[in-house]
Amino acid sequence: MNLTDLNMDLVRGILMVGLIIAFLGMWAWAWSGKRKEVFHEASMLPLEEDNGQIPQESDSRGNGKKDGIEE
Amino acid sequence: MTYNDKVVRQFVVMTVIWGIVGMLVGVIIAAQLWLPQLNFDIPWLSYGRLRPLHTNAVIFAFGGCALIGTSLYVVQRTCHVRLFAGGLASFVFWGWQLVILSAAVSLPLGFTQGKEYAELEWPIDLLITVVWVAYAVVFFGTIVKRRVSHIYVANWFYAAFILTIALLHIVNNLSLPVNAFKSYGIYTGAVDAMVQWWYGHNAVGFFLTAGFLAMMYYFVPKQAEGPVYSYRLSIVHFWALIGVYMWAGPHHLHYTALPDWVQSIGMVFSLILLAPSWGGMINGVMTLSGHWHKLRTDPVLKFMIVALSFYGMSTFEGPMMSIKTVNALSHYTDWTIGHVHSGALGWVAMMTIGSLYSLIPRLVGEKTMHSVKAVDMHFWIATIGIVLYITSMWIAGVMQGLMWRAFNDDGTLTYTFIETIAATKPYYVIRLLGGLLFLSGMFIMLWNLWKTMLQRPAQEFAAAEPAHWGEQR
Repeated sequence: MNLTDLNMDLVRGILMVGLIIAFLGMWAWAWSGKRKEVFHEASMLPLEEDNGQIPQESDSRGNGKKDGIEE
Repeated sequence: MTYNDKVVRQFVVMTVIWGIVGMLVGVIIAAQLWLPQLNFDIPWLSYGRLRPLHTNAVIFAFGGCALIGTSLYVVQRTCHVRLFAGGLASFVFWGWQLVILSAAVSLPLGFTQGKEYAELEWPIDLLITVVWVAYAVVFFGTIVKRRVSHIYVANWFYAAFILTIALLHIVNNLSLPVNAFKSYGIYTGAVDAMVQWWYGHNAVGFFLTAGFLAMMYYFVPKQAEGPVYSYRLSIVHFWALIGVYMWAGPHHLHYTALPDWVQSIGMVFSLILLAPSWGGMINGVMTLSGHWHKLRTDPVLKFMIVALSFYGMSTFEGPMMSIKTVNALSHYTDWTIGHVHSGALGWVAMMTIGSLYSLIPRLVGEKTMHSVKAVDMHFWIATIGIVLYITSMWIAGVMQGLMWRAFNDDGTLTYTFIETIAATKPYYVIRLLGGLLFLSGMFIMLWNLWKTMLQRPAQEFAAAEPAHWGEQR
């Protein structure tokens, strides 16, 4: 094994570990408590009428229950 | 400010029209496999020329119009803003129709690059590139001028679809033209095969999956009248899916000249894909949690839930078929055709039809289609059609695989190839029947579209006011 091969293996290893950490970091970010409110608002976007209002009959609790938001 | 729905309406109408055309060609070639005389010895009607016409029409004309049309609706509604560059949006519509017409003429005439799902010759490829860049400008331009700080998850999936298709299209179609109608690809040998299936499988992953997941994330909550089961799961779903999909292509080339280690990578990544696929499927299905009773009265939701069920089934079947030893039996048989159609009819078409039935009435300020009964009838005809299609192809495929590899004691093959074709014939008739049923459902949809949207005057809807939640303070 020459030096170039060793360096490439090192680069590949670092890249893989970096990507795993980035993925886990994204997961932690998505599950962090600070994001709950914004995600709840975001999840309501498809329910809006064209005027931006959410009709009365919609169930706003569905996502809240799962993602731990109390009404 | 009003929303630009004209281009959405145009794409919606052409989705249904091209759906009928593409599926009709599919029915014709299914009939030809049963009765080869049905090509009437006319070269333009031969199986080899009509088959790419069928795949291009259903994927890029039917699926493409559905994806572009719904994306231009969803991005406006979730960004509270009118489409960026309305003139360019019209160009995207007419340009895309020109691409489809060019395909419909050039493929039966026999002009082809010989690459599956990338058959169109180089002048059409250039036109696709121009139209696609215009589409990207319209979509991302709208995202940039959005009046909601957060970018809804459906737009992320549409964005991944737009960017990846641009990349795939350009890399796989690099070629040297020799005249206006003929070119040679720049890749050779095993590299050519690998690039082709890197393209082919990611067309499945980003054209036929990511884009339709975007539809799911907008139209399933809308129709269920409740938010998605878990928004944070949708984010993990997005990054996991787009991170893993790119590497699964080699499973199309098991036991070929492709290096063995590349085949193994393709298999392993295909198996890993089960996780994000099912994460997304469960997120969609569970969105109906608390709303299941609506299935009794709302056939549109039935389309969506069956679409998600088929998505779950085919994304389980796919990884299984990518295992080399399973692939040794399934590859080159009609099992593959069954698998593809469980995804294409069961997932892609059913999700498209459900989303359009949700969207069409809203484009004219209504809540439901002109005839909900017709939607229900369409649902049952389509579902029975799919079941007939895929079960017949499963049985035919496993049978072919077993017959092809049966040996006598002296090492000779037990069956000649023609014996396997003769044994398959009854299943081709059942498949034809399934395809006919699915096609006839599309005519019901066309009638309902006519009654709901085309008989009413076009309306303009005022855009929603800017929303301020989630802004950096």
